[in-house]
Amino acid sequence: MANDDTFLLDGVAVPFNTGQTILQAAHAAGRYIPHLCWHPDYKPHGSCKLCTVKIDGRLASACTTPATPGLRVENRTPELDEQRRTLLQMLFVEGNHFCPSCEKSGQCLLQATAYELGMMGPHFDHFYPNRPVDASHPDVLLDFNRCILCSLCEQASARDGKFVFVMGGRGMRGRKVIINSATGRLADTDFSLTDHAASICPVGVILKKRVGFIVPYGQRKYDRAPVSVADTQGDEP
Amino acid sequence: MSEPRKLRVATTSLAGCFGCHMSLLDIDERLFTLIELVDFDRTPLTDIKRCGPCDLGLIEGGVCNAENVHVLREFRRQCKTLVAVGACAINGGLPAQRNHLDLRDILEAVYETEGGLARGAHIPNDPELPLPLDRVHPIHEVVKVDYFLPGCPPSGDAIWKFLTDLIAGRTPTLGHGLLHYD
Repeated sequence: MANDDTFLLDGVAVPFNTGQTILQAAHAAGRYIPHLCWHPDYKPHGSCKLCTVKIDGRLASACTTPATPGLRVENRTPELDEQRRTLLQMLFVEGNHFCPSCEKSGQCLLQATAYELGMMGPHFDHFYPNRPVDASHPDVLLDFNRCILCSLCEQASARDGKFVFVMGGRGMRGRKVIINSATGRLADTDFSLTDHAASICPVGVILKKRVGFIVPYGQRKYDRAPVSVADTQGDEP
Repeated sequence: MSEPRKLRVATTSLAGCFGCHMSLLDIDERLFTLIELVDFDRTPLTDIKRCGPCDLGLIEGGVCNAENVHVLREFRRQCKTLVAVGACAINGGLPAQRNHLDLRDILEAVYETEGGLARGAHIPNDPELPLPLDRVHPIHEVVKVDYFLPGCPPSGDAIWKFLTDLIAGRTPTLGHGLLHYD
């Protein structure tokens, strides 16, 4: 399909096709808009708000807003990046994000986005929630301490036709991912390593066993290039 | 024209492993440049026990006991600029892994019920021992912190960039490759 028209992203024209969102068009054009809960292969969730941009003076999520001709979209402005840093700080203190002992460190979208936006400290008081670890499955470890509620695992598992992961609960401390088995354990589902859901987690919740440190810290995806470069080269996590 | 006054710097490790201090030493020969620019007050490098008035305080480690709180407050009183250095000072780090466990359960497990303990072993109760807090806290939950220097530990290069920015009067920034949480 030919490009219908363009909009302006930080003053630079971005082509788009009818039906594309601002984030989809920007991503296709190799332009980076910070995001956590959005993935190019899935429906936008619009929950993390990292992709909030200013469109003709009004704030909107780039992942859910359709691109239309001539929009003037502000993205990497000091004001928006400051607000994004605050969102990240809230995510970091809400869970237990201890990067030095996390297998995902260096290939974690949350961490890489925080690097990109220059988040130096957490600012807020930590919750230190008590969340479970599920090591019951032979091939996959679940560590919910790092969950940011992006819901990508729920979408991916639905695509797998297995519905292993389901969002449940309410409120800041109640909302969580529930394992859809009678026991609540991953081992008692038909989850497998080849599922889409096994490789969709942007943070360190769904981890393949026995491969955690094959690539050492310092040589991983976002160690080699910042997320604004690494994820705009057709190289999604 | 007189020489510019050297900055006075204090450092300490609270609930830390001294890895951040080792990383400070890892700036290698740049230490010679650093000591042209700063004098050290209280720090493990000088073994001075109390912190005098300083321009800059570098805190490694989180707050896990009453002594950590006293030392941290002394640093805050005496230092114009206070920096949380490393993962533990910033989010509690490894010591904070005990935060979802009951403190008494931990002490009993370590000193009374673990295998291999001497007969009659009990939880230490010497008045000289600082009392542990129920949870480990990052230092910004106890005092105002001016800057954060993340890493486990921050690399020598990151520490050098941070310190030279600060000494030159710039807001410290760490670009890609220097800003690390691991």
